[in-house]
Amino acid sequence: MALLNLHLKVWRQTGTQPGHFQDIEAPEIPDHASFLEMMDIVNERLIRAGQDPVAFDHDCREGICGMCSMTINGMAHGPERGTTTCQLHMRKFRTGDTIWVEPFRARAFPVVKDLMVDRSAFDRIMKAGGYVSVRTGAAPEANEIPVGKEIADAAMDAAACIGCGACVASCKNASAMLYVSAKAGQLNTLPQGHAEKDRRTLAMVRQMDAEGFGNCTNQYECEAACPKEISVRWIAKLNRDYAVASVKELVGAGRQQSQAGE
Amino acid sequence: MKLDSKIPSGPMAEKWSRHKQDSKLINPKNKRKYSIIVVGSGLAGAAAAASLSELGYKVKCFCFQDSPRRAHSIAAQGGINAAKNYQNDGDSVHRLFYDTVKGGDFRAREANVHRLAEVSVNIIDQCVAQGVPFAREYGGGLANRSFGGAQVSRTFYARGQTGQQLLLGAYSALSKEIARGGVEMHTRTEMLDLVVADGETKGIITRNLVTGKVEAHAADTVLLCTGGYGNVFFLSTNAMGCNVTATWRAHRRGATFANPCYTQIHPTCIPVSGDYQSKLTLMSESLRNDGRVWVPKKAEDCGKPASQIPEADRDYFLERKYPSFGNLAPRDISSRAAKEACDDGRGVGPGGRGVYLDFSEAINEFGENVIKERYGNLFDMYERITGESAYKQPMRIYPAVHYTMGGLWVDYNLMSNLSGLHVLGEANFSDHGANRLGASALMQGLADGYFVIPTTVANYLVTQKPGAVTTAHPAFKEALEAANGRINQLLNVKGKRTVDSFHRELGLLVWDKCGMGRNRAGLEEALRRIPEIRAEFWENVLVPGSGSVANPELEKAGRVADFMEFAELLCRDALDREESCGGHFREEHQFPDGEAKRDDENFCYVSAYEYSGDLSKPILHKEPLTFEEVHLTLRSYK
Ligand SMILES: Cc1cc2nc3c(=O)[nH]c(=O)nc-3n(C[C@H](O)[C@H](O)[C@H](O)COP(=O)(O)OP(=O)(O)OC[C@H]3O[C@@H](n4cnc5c(N)ncnc54)[C@H](O)[C@@H]3O)c2cc1C
Ligand code: SF4
Ligand code: FES
Repeated sequence: MALLNLHLKVWRQTGTQPGHFQDIEAPEIPDHASFLEMMDIVNERLIRAGQDPVAFDHDCREGICGMCSMTINGMAHGPERGTTTCQLHMRKFRTGDTIWVEPFRARAFPVVKDLMVDRSAFDRIMKAGGYVSVRTGAAPEANEIPVGKEIADAAMDAAACIGCGACVASCKNASAMLYVSAKAGQLNTLPQGHAEKDRRTLAMVRQMDAEGFGNCTNQYECEAACPKEISVRWIAKLNRDYAVASVKELVGAGRQQSQAGE
Repeated sequence: MKLDSKIPSGPMAEKWSRHKQDSKLINPKNKRKYSIIVVGSGLAGAAAAASLSELGYKVKCFCFQDSPRRAHSIAAQGGINAAKNYQNDGDSVHRLFYDTVKGGDFRAREANVHRLAEVSVNIIDQCVAQGVPFAREYGGGLANRSFGGAQVSRTFYARGQTGQQLLLGAYSALSKEIARGGVEMHTRTEMLDLVVADGETKGIITRNLVTGKVEAHAADTVLLCTGGYGNVFFLSTNAMGCNVTATWRAHRRGATFANPCYTQIHPTCIPVSGDYQSKLTLMSESLRNDGRVWVPKKAEDCGKPASQIPEADRDYFLERKYPSFGNLAPRDISSRAAKEACDDGRGVGPGGRGVYLDFSEAINEFGENVIKERYGNLFDMYERITGESAYKQPMRIYPAVHYTMGGLWVDYNLMSNLSGLHVLGEANFSDHGANRLGASALMQGLADGYFVIPTTVANYLVTQKPGAVTTAHPAFKEALEAANGRINQLLNVKGKRTVDSFHRELGLLVWDKCGMGRNRAGLEEALRRIPEIRAEFWENVLVPGSGSVANPELEKAGRVADFMEFAELLCRDALDREESCGGHFREEHQFPDGEAKRDDENFCYVSAYEYSGDLSKPILHKEPLTFEEVHLTLRSYK
């Protein structure tokens, strides 16, 4: 196991006050350590030196909870494809490297402290329609809803999203389309989700806009940054589902009006 | 104190339906008057919060992560059991019940386990209706795989992300209820204490992890769904935030803690590689469907690359020792077998603490693409962490702490001895005895949350006047002051050592003396050392910053302080239980071939500890276990 000597430039910020980069030396970091373990070592040293440790979000450290969220050298979750910050290991760096560490930046993700941001906008989008309205105990026997393997596999591809927000952080418009399209796409693909498809699509997209996420201009940086490699094909599907739902809504509204006029 | 398990009368297979019949009902209009606090948004908490809100109760739900979707349940990989018998291989509710009781080494309550097996089938229905994308066969039906300790194939799965998908299902149901106004969600909020007013549990004290504000919340009953305490060992497969705080604080307020020494060591984890390490990573048990576990027969071969050790010189020790279950022997047994091989000097990898999990035969038989489809994400994770490819060489694995069967004592209604406190999921002790079978924790969390508590909670609520106790009650004031006092105490020590350094020291000690093998001398030493470490912690811990802002070090300090107290109870229970059963292996109590030796004559009971005010003198209460359906026999997988 080799030891690396690194120079860090870490974003420090308290609440809404302006932030700045702090230079932190990180000598003798084991190359087997994960990026967050490197941050643990740095924090341990800062605390012992009487300084304020760097605050960051993390929990599972297995790439599944979606809590970790660092922009490393300008890339959301760092340079390794399909990998969260917590699963990135220091063997991907070389001794002498300078590493820039920033929070996931987006208007809809205000900074809480240092590298921690507030992603509750994602929960509010889910609340707007990211579910099937089935009460506990009201479900039919499971195998009475046959789902073809291809459909189940496609739904699972979308469902793999961990809700981390790297797609937003990597997008120059801070668009949340990849996330929203994955969440809506999973349910819109499955037969269980069909009944509420239009309502769900409209509600989730409208909530996304209300949260202040930007528009998608097909840059596709999101797909490259996504640790679960969610495909931009889901965005295309969401656009189709949205167009259909909007037309139906217009026609429906028109029909209601004409009925009212009769 | 008398521990009344409230097990319904009647034949085993009818107890739950009878109990449902006999349970109290509250009419919809009155339900709206009752408020319920749910601490935790994992499978147990999210399922309970959503289902209770659907029934009309007013629910407040809390979690310490920034979103309910990030609860530790998200990390479960392998699958969830259910007695659907879709494979037509002879499965039934009774067989799942039997396997779980036997798997738990006859230290679980039969009636609870039977109920679990019964509702398992409803869970799958519920999850499918929510849109959980379980694996399917080409015909459109649900697919299954096998898990340890069973000879039928009853595990449902969603690639290697079953927990994630089940939790997202429960989170979507929760989101629906938040939108409807039935659930008030509090994220980034940690419970610091339980409030008991005039003998009834009526609320909690929390700290907002962003603003630091300490607050009181009152309700007519409290549900703790706060997960397990595996992180007392410092290194475990649990998420970093998993803690014992909620259940330990409840214990200090009067709830008995049951079987703390029943901890599960999972056989297939990535071995420890250095002292910078913050956690261990599980490689799902499902891998044992296709992987074969072995070590070299000769210690001198251990340094050679696996490919240079000929077939004849390999010891497939699980297949050798347990021919009828082979690589799918249960966790406790597989873990001990791996430890034995390493103790014998035949471990592989750095430090000699590892055994091989080899897929070469399966790759030859089915092709790399099939193996990739089954386990691709696990192989990728292994490569990211170790830098090695398991397609090219065998994985190296070693047992690690994974799950805790012990927890707060509950009766058949999932209520603690402390009136009004309900405990669900991994946080309670109820269903797994001394060892949990794979794919049964997800089942239990969802059973408790979706199907048990919505029925049983009414039995308590009908005895209470809704809204009778508010935060104006003096018990809230006392608890608020205590919580604030503790925060200040932690911040004011201003010592020299970090929280992590204490956590690591405690964890290594507990792992060494109360891990896979336990003996009297070691446990007595641990019981001497723990109070010393704890005393040093309160004199020498260094918690930077203040309590009035986001301060992750302060959060950790509070959790570690509770682990320091809890660890003593864990070791005391392990010392007291003079037998080996399931995950609790007392080296003094084994057969000549090294198998665990249970003592039904003297230890066929649940140990439930009451807090006495003195950490070194907990009061032991015993709930005797009786077995009507499954006969107490030697648990054999040979
Ligand atoms: C890596 C891994 C893989 C696993 N794989 C499987 C598997 O394949 N099959 C299986 O059946 N089981 C598996 N398990 C076990 C299973 O995942 C857990 O036992 C189960 O998910 C626990 O669910 P829970 O709802 O009880 O608690 P958790 O999911 O742990 O949720 C706890 C909740 O409580 C909250 N909380 C905790 N403390 C506090 C506090 N003080 N204040 C406020 N909130 C608090 C948390 O925020 C969280 O929301 C696995 C476990 C691990 C570690
Ligand atoms: S789509 Fe990808 S990047 Fe975006 S939240 Fe989901 S997992 Fe993260
Ligand atoms: S910490 Fe959970 S995904 Fe990184």
